[in-house]
Amino acid sequence: MRGDWARFTDTFLNAKVMHKYLPDILSGVVVTIELAFLIVVTGIAAGLALALLRSLAIRPLNWLIVVIVDLFRSLPPLVVIVLIYFGLPSVGLSPSGFVSTWLSLAFVLMAFSEEIFWAGITSVDRGQWEAARSTGLSFGQTLMSVVLPQAFRLTIPPLTNRTIAITKGTALGTVVAVTEILGQASSAMSNSYNPSPLIMGAAAYLVLFFPVVVAARWVETKFAWKR
Amino acid sequence: MIQSFFNPEIIVASWPIVRAGLLNTVLLSLLVVPLGLVGGLMLALLASVKHPVVRWPLMAWVDFFRAFPPLVLLILLFAGLPFAGLELGGFVCVAIAFFLNTGAYYGEILRAGIDSVPAGQIEAARSTGLSRLQAIAYVVLPQAVRNVLPDLLSNTLEVVKLTSLGSVVAVPELLYQARQAQSLTYNPTPLVVAAIVYFLMLWPVVRLLSRLENRALAGR
Amino acid sequence: MNRPIVDARGLHKHFGSLHVLKGVDLTVAERELVFVIGPSGSGKSTLLRCLNRLEEPSSGSVVVDGIDMLDPRTDINHARQRIGMVFQSFNLYPHMTALGNVTLALRKVAGKSRAQAEALGRAALERVGLADRAGHTPGQLSGGQQQRVAIARSIALEPRVMLFDEPTSALDPELVGSVLEVMRSLRESGMTMIVVSHEMGFARNAADRVVFMDEGAIVEAGPPAAIFESPAHERTRTFIGQIQRH
Repeated sequence: MRGDWARFTDTFLNAKVMHKYLPDILSGVVVTIELAFLIVVTGIAAGLALALLRSLAIRPLNWLIVVIVDLFRSLPPLVVIVLIYFGLPSVGLSPSGFVSTWLSLAFVLMAFSEEIFWAGITSVDRGQWEAARSTGLSFGQTLMSVVLPQAFRLTIPPLTNRTIAITKGTALGTVVAVTEILGQASSAMSNSYNPSPLIMGAAAYLVLFFPVVVAARWVETKFAWKR
Repeated sequence: MIQSFFNPEIIVASWPIVRAGLLNTVLLSLLVVPLGLVGGLMLALLASVKHPVVRWPLMAWVDFFRAFPPLVLLILLFAGLPFAGLELGGFVCVAIAFFLNTGAYYGEILRAGIDSVPAGQIEAARSTGLSRLQAIAYVVLPQAVRNVLPDLLSNTLEVVKLTSLGSVVAVPELLYQARQAQSLTYNPTPLVVAAIVYFLMLWPVVRLLSRLENRALAGR
Repeated sequence: MNRPIVDARGLHKHFGSLHVLKGVDLTVAERELVFVIGPSGSGKSTLLRCLNRLEEPSSGSVVVDGIDMLDPRTDINHARQRIGMVFQSFNLYPHMTALGNVTLALRKVAGKSRAQAEALGRAALERVGLADRAGHTPGQLSGGQQQRVAIARSIALEPRVMLFDEPTSALDPELVGSVLEVMRSLRESGMTMIVVSHEMGFARNAADRVVFMDEGAIVEAGPPAAIFESPAHERTRTFIGQIQRH
């Protein structure tokens, strides 16, 4: 029994290996955080911008927005990453793995958040627009101070969930050689012939994302609509 | 541009490879969606026992997999387990990872669905002599599923997209085959073809979903 | 008096620190119609729900038709088939037709074939005057019709006792009559009934006995005329005065 346990820890929780590769994993954590931050900020900003553009109701523009949104909702994120990373060099552009992953996941988040924001905006009662406009507020003022505040409340639970799901996708970057957590852990594992770095990497993901998931659950109940 | 991305000769030459991948993606989806649903149903039924001893570990389980990137889980099974003498192969690893990961998501959705059914429904069923399990199976679940149909469909879409992770552990699904064809031909056209195939396959689902979601929001 | 078909003794029920039933005794004879009245929060509904163990009494005993309802060896699902229950909010299954609602327990608990169950189900719907609505879903029915389907769902199982928990409280006034009509015909067919309700007119001319509850205990019980015309307790008098002024 004792021997089994020793062999198990020696394999999966090897202190020496862990100590040696801890700096690598930590640098992976930094890359993951940078990547996640960029994806969330640009993805949600772009999604909101598209939703606002759509509320102008310019028909050809709306068609274009819907097609772009549908495209990125249909394609698996990994396919988008691979396409950008391996495809663009053929036309003379060579985005790094980091940039490819960032762009791809930002596009995907943009698509989902546009859909969520748009659903939020359309869910605000027509009467709210009319009431605000009747008091002399402009289109922009109505949108900003009447419609969006109500829409946001509705969008926050689905948006947080979707953002977490897509941000976790930063691990996909490892496929295009991004040195984020999983990438660092995998290469440390093949260098050391020991899976301990992978366990460390897995733990790092939990440390990063578990609090976010718990917070999201809290947000979800706080913003839940009484039906 | 056309030569790089829509090269007709390469489309023709690589099509059999990509087609085999498409077939495997469909088969893989037909395996992992029911697997995830079964996992989710088990979790949701457990959660309907509203005892703290069950509830808290269950919530932790679900949150664990919501926090854990599926690719990390997959790599852990595929590259980690062999060190414990357990070599499962890419396909089995994908099946297990999906059972755990998507099961947690399906479980959360079904739990919300069950919670949305008024307590009076169970009481009425129990008052006519149905057992707790019968009441859930015949009275609660049909209503629960209907109430969360858009969420179930949306998660299923994500699951099908997620099968592309199989390419990382050499499961010959659509993306894997396309990358094989790409490296054989030194041309990204097969990747574009794969993307188009994914889009054509999943676009109708996306359309349907955005309709259902808009209707659900408007109905509140 | 015939032999008691419902015999509940010393029922106590606590919800956390709330003491909702404080030692209630209730015996009901076969073919008797007992009306339970009292202010809201007096424990009437809880008493009813303890009788078929939808609510677990904290202590006491409940025997229905010779079956000890609180004995852990009792097959509670089988026992509940003998006790029909009608709820304030109908609780019809919205995803099934009226006939589907009525036949579910017949098929799944009583073990009837689909054809047998449907025949019994149609007969039950006939008794509540809704034979022509068998294929409608609850959403397509009025509140009164829904409640009658709920009654049919119970009587299809041929219960020995029927419990009514404020069956007309959720109905628009013009729909109350049709439900009371069905209850009256059930009564005439000899069904034993325990009814929690504020329909005093119905109590007056249909009940054998009226039980007044307040603060988790039975204050007094007796024939309707006695309770309504000359109650022995001040609390009963006050309550009846309030109801009748209404």
